[in-house]
Amino acid sequence: MDLFTNQVLAGIATGAIYACMALAVVMIYQAIDHLNFAQGEMAMFSTFVSWQLMQWGVPYWGAFVITLAFAFVGGIVIERVLFKPLAKAPILTNVAGFIALFSIINSSAGLIWDFTIKQYPTPFGSSPFLGSQLISTHQAGMIGVTVLLLIGLFFFFQYTRIGLAMRAAASLPESARLVGINTSWMIALGWGMASAIGAIAGMLIAPVVFLEPNMMGGVLLYGFAAAVLGGLTSPFGAVVGGFLVGIFENLAGTYIPGVGNELKLPIALALIISVLVVKPAGLFGRHIVKRV
Amino acid sequence: MSAAEEVVAEGHEAVEAVPKRAMTLGTGTSVVVLLLLIAVPLFAKNFVIFQLTQLLYLGLAVLALNILTGGSGQFSLGQSAFYGIGAYITAVMMEQFNIPYFLCLPVAGVLCFGVGFLFGQPALRLSGVYLALATFALATAMPQLLKLNFLEPWTGGVQGLVVTKPDAPFGLKMSQDMWLYYFTLVVVLAIYVASVNLLRSRSGRAFMAIRDNEIAASAMGVNVALYKTLAFGVSAAITGVAGGLSAIAVQFVAPDSFTITLAIQLFLGMVVGGVGWLPGSIVGAAFIIFVPNIAEGISKGLSGAVFGVLLFLVIYLVPHGARQLAILGQQLAGRLRKN
Repeated sequence: MDLFTNQVLAGIATGAIYACMALAVVMIYQAIDHLNFAQGEMAMFSTFVSWQLMQWGVPYWGAFVITLAFAFVGGIVIERVLFKPLAKAPILTNVAGFIALFSIINSSAGLIWDFTIKQYPTPFGSSPFLGSQLISTHQAGMIGVTVLLLIGLFFFFQYTRIGLAMRAAASLPESARLVGINTSWMIALGWGMASAIGAIAGMLIAPVVFLEPNMMGGVLLYGFAAAVLGGLTSPFGAVVGGFLVGIFENLAGTYIPGVGNELKLPIALALIISVLVVKPAGLFGRHIVKRV
Repeated sequence: MSAAEEVVAEGHEAVEAVPKRAMTLGTGTSVVVLLLLIAVPLFAKNFVIFQLTQLLYLGLAVLALNILTGGSGQFSLGQSAFYGIGAYITAVMMEQFNIPYFLCLPVAGVLCFGVGFLFGQPALRLSGVYLALATFALATAMPQLLKLNFLEPWTGGVQGLVVTKPDAPFGLKMSQDMWLYYFTLVVVLAIYVASVNLLRSRSGRAFMAIRDNEIAASAMGVNVALYKTLAFGVSAAITGVAGGLSAIAVQFVAPDSFTITLAIQLFLGMVVGGVGWLPGSIVGAAFIIFVPNIAEGISKGLSGAVFGVLLFLVIYLVPHGARQLAILGQQLAGRLRKN
């Protein structure tokens, strides 16, 4: 039983990271109807920026805030410069654009900071949490930050004018434009926020997976999986999906014989496909009915 | 832009409709291209011939994806899985059971058809990004599955399997590379012609009806479930044959050659060549083989970034891929003829 609790708690902790990543994925998906394959690389790059700031002597939380601003502006710039011209292009062309962006960021980070693995500090410390042996303070901190982030986003979308405008622009662009919302900038804002949320995920996971240009590959996959599992139209679903994927991944690795570390990812993905076959819009997604 | 225009533009589908006639090259151009494909190896070095062979079988794999996406509108990131299965079936049959290579390829095709058809069954309920994720899962699982312990006596596990290159038959005085090139050319041409005919047939029209509007297609009596899985099966079969050809040409199969990177390359090839335009498959294959080399030549450390920039240039200049260039060329030729 101890093993079980342990694995579930560890799963919740990694799940928090997937949840952050899934939140970022859902943010962009809401804004532009695409999955951004370069999301993980954007987060990785921001994490490197914060690391560099700390190397230059900026304290952790200072670097944290500067990095968030950097990621936010960077996301908006990427949308304005690279993807706005593609807005009318076929979807598959956009996907190719994401892959190109992935390649550019990955290679640039490798050139600037090289491919050696770097230590990344944690602001929470790595001692056991509240004296229990089950999770560390860093893991508890990751869960806390994710929950705070979710609450913050909820209030932003529910109670602020600009949050309302973003929701309107995402659900009915024409009508939103008629009431005077600049939908084009709402999309850019969505990119900026997604990029900043991704940066938070990157900075939280860097102490666990260490810092290197390819660190986000697996995380982004689980983030996608979590977002799809929870429903791509629901930020809340994305977070729940993230925790579920984290827990399931850990339990499957422990209890299903022959799975181990190698088959964890395929098993997690298989679970998600099974869920989708039963519930194609994800657990909390809206089912969109199309007119012919 | 007026709101009305935007509303029209909003219905943009993943795959634009390509008219049936526009899917192939004209007769004249086809003959010229074919003659070039036959003649070039006679004057080229073995390494160049090997690269041309590579171009052909990767082009074949892109063609398979084109039938699935350009034809039936389903989007797959899992083609590397079928490619790997085809390669492994060919390699295992050739090396462990001593079956001649030209018999292995059809077996690989048929078995991959089965796998693709079966995979198409659950995938039926998914579309768009959901289907992309499902096929993606297949692609990530495949290298792990190929490494499984109990398959090791046949597959060689992580080590992979070495394949012997066949000699030219009938005492022909030809290098192995050249023989393999012509053999690949014949296989690829046969499949190309068959694919064109398939897309122009009743089944092909059913695919395209599903691509353009699934609900309307089913209202007209098209068995959507059957044709969608059929498209998956056909695409998997062709990809499997391409994988088999690659195993013979490269003389080696290993689980890590069939990762998601390969699936992404095939996808890029399709987009660069033009979705739904079959001859574009070869152009796309050329892009994914040669552009990384060019990028490496421009800057060693930044080759990935250079590749990304080149890719961005291509999709800005010709968002519909090489097909757009072909259409431009055609219009230009038409204008010249008029003058």
